[in-house]
Amino acid sequence: METDRPKKVLALDSSGLVASVAVVEDGPAGGNLLAEYTVNYKKTHSQTLLPMLDEIVRMIELDLEEIDAIAVAAGPGSFTGLRIGSATAKGLGFALDKPLVSVPTVDALAYNLFGTDRLVCPLMDARRNQVYTGIYAFEGGRMQVLEPQMAVDIEVIAGKLADRGRDVIFLGDGAPVFRERLETLLRETLAKAGKRFFFAPAHVNKQRAGAVGALALEYLKEGRTETAAEHQPEYLRMAQAERERAERVAAAQEGAK
Amino acid sequence: MEEKKDVLILAVESSCDETAAAVVKNGREVLSNVISSQIALHTLYGGVVPEIASRKHIEKINYVIREALDQAGVTLKDLDAIGVTYGPGLVGALLVGVAEAKAIAYAAKLPLVGVHHIEGHISANYIENKDLEPPFICLVVSGGHTHLVAVRDYGKYEIIGRTRDDAAGEAFDKVARAIGLGYPGGPKIDKLAKEGDPDAVHFPRARIDDCPYDFSFSGVKSAVLNHLNACRMKGEPVVEADIAASFQKAVCDVLVEHSMAAVKDYGIPKLAMAGGVASNSALRQAMKTACERRNIPFYYPSPILCTDNAAMIGAAAYYEYMGGARDGLDLNAAPSLRLGER
Repeated sequence: METDRPKKVLALDSSGLVASVAVVEDGPAGGNLLAEYTVNYKKTHSQTLLPMLDEIVRMIELDLEEIDAIAVAAGPGSFTGLRIGSATAKGLGFALDKPLVSVPTVDALAYNLFGTDRLVCPLMDARRNQVYTGIYAFEGGRMQVLEPQMAVDIEVIAGKLADRGRDVIFLGDGAPVFRERLETLLRETLAKAGKRFFFAPAHVNKQRAGAVGALALEYLKEGRTETAAEHQPEYLRMAQAERERAERVAAAQEGAK
Repeated sequence: MEEKKDVLILAVESSCDETAAAVVKNGREVLSNVISSQIALHTLYGGVVPEIASRKHIEKINYVIREALDQAGVTLKDLDAIGVTYGPGLVGALLVGVAEAKAIAYAAKLPLVGVHHIEGHISANYIENKDLEPPFICLVVSGGHTHLVAVRDYGKYEIIGRTRDDAAGEAFDKVARAIGLGYPGGPKIDKLAKEGDPDAVHFPRARIDDCPYDFSFSGVKSAVLNHLNACRMKGEPVVEADIAASFQKAVCDVLVEHSMAAVKDYGIPKLAMAGGVASNSALRQAMKTACERRNIPFYYPSPILCTDNAAMIGAAAYYEYMGGARDGLDLNAAPSLRLGER
């Protein structure tokens, strides 16, 4: 029998340096973050993620059978970090027979700044001068994805923001890495339009499983779930060997012409 | 009085390029043994690519585990524990199995037992040889490992010899590539060698001073490469089958000789083989002959239990579990884990 019990999701994010777990409950006025445990210390997610989850489950006396879905920051991010989160979510989903909600990491980062009238641009350091990023705005009480998450050179995202000519808030572990580049690439251009950019403060500028869970509740209402078996991370990048092989194949085809 | 209950273990293995799950009863009876192999994929790259292997593991793992439970006709509720390979191996690949197994164990409230991959290979021998019990000497030969192990008791291992450079299987792969056979080299050399003369070319048998049980295979591999070069320089024809047979014999001779020395010197007259190269037909024959001559019982698993699989992990997990081994939610992948360590 279907009850009116509010939906509850368990959320995980181990996509970057932060390890974060949360339990979020839906409600008529925004719902509740029942518990969140976020650590931005050493990257030992394989050892810490599940003990952290166990800790919050015990503190809120949660019966795992009560949850409606397991949400996971599905990528992009550290390949290994993503797989630790995904495999943990898949194992939980398998054992509990619950669906998974795959939340794009960059979307979840942006959701931390819900309600701002500025553009939100998360920056995750993707190395090789690239960032995992996207552009978001909050309109009509919802988050709008203006540029879906992508892996691009910092110049590319700076160009897109310059074209939009609006105030921007940056966040994510790429923000300190690319701060100086952004000063050069973007500060003056925006100033001409009377606009500026800002950096989000510490409590909302990194991955938070609370945001993953809150966004997952929205997805859940739209039926955007998947089975634990079919879930896999969204890397946004090929493995190096795949990329090199694709280049070799392309070069060989070019040579054969 | 309560009847002795069967112990059912779900085992998961993802240390290299096979995603595997199995259900094993009382350590010796395999109720299911599901393997999703990635060999075809890695053949494109001439060897295992760690990142691609890890991606494939996460894609397949739930299906493989589901299949293992279904084939065994059991649910998570019927299980007593979950065993998982946590090392050694490719760290990214291991992490998939470890994170998955931990999450299942946690949510299903089952004890978790981390297993050493080589302990698994050794324990594969228990499955088809119900009479085999420690102590025995075990030669572990695969693409990543070459060890001579004194198995003192269940879960008690002493490594008495190891390779100083290439693993035996690695040498097979490299030689196979050099004579144009491709990956994986072991089975291809085994097949081609049947048509060749094992005494056509003499390749060196490496011995290491003061370490009579250690191995070295980089020398024989180099000798094959040098021989190929010399033939090409001199314009002499290269007879691949002869080279395969001669190389294989050089490797087998050393493996047999060192194993026999260990059996004799340690006073443990019982030998087992394990690992992917234990499927090699010439090695089996040579070892069998040597053991028969000395009247030593000789054990080896079927090919399906020689390759990386989860049934062997289930067998090892059973003995660890019965010995009281339990791992916590903080179990991590240990890519360089040593045999006998926990």
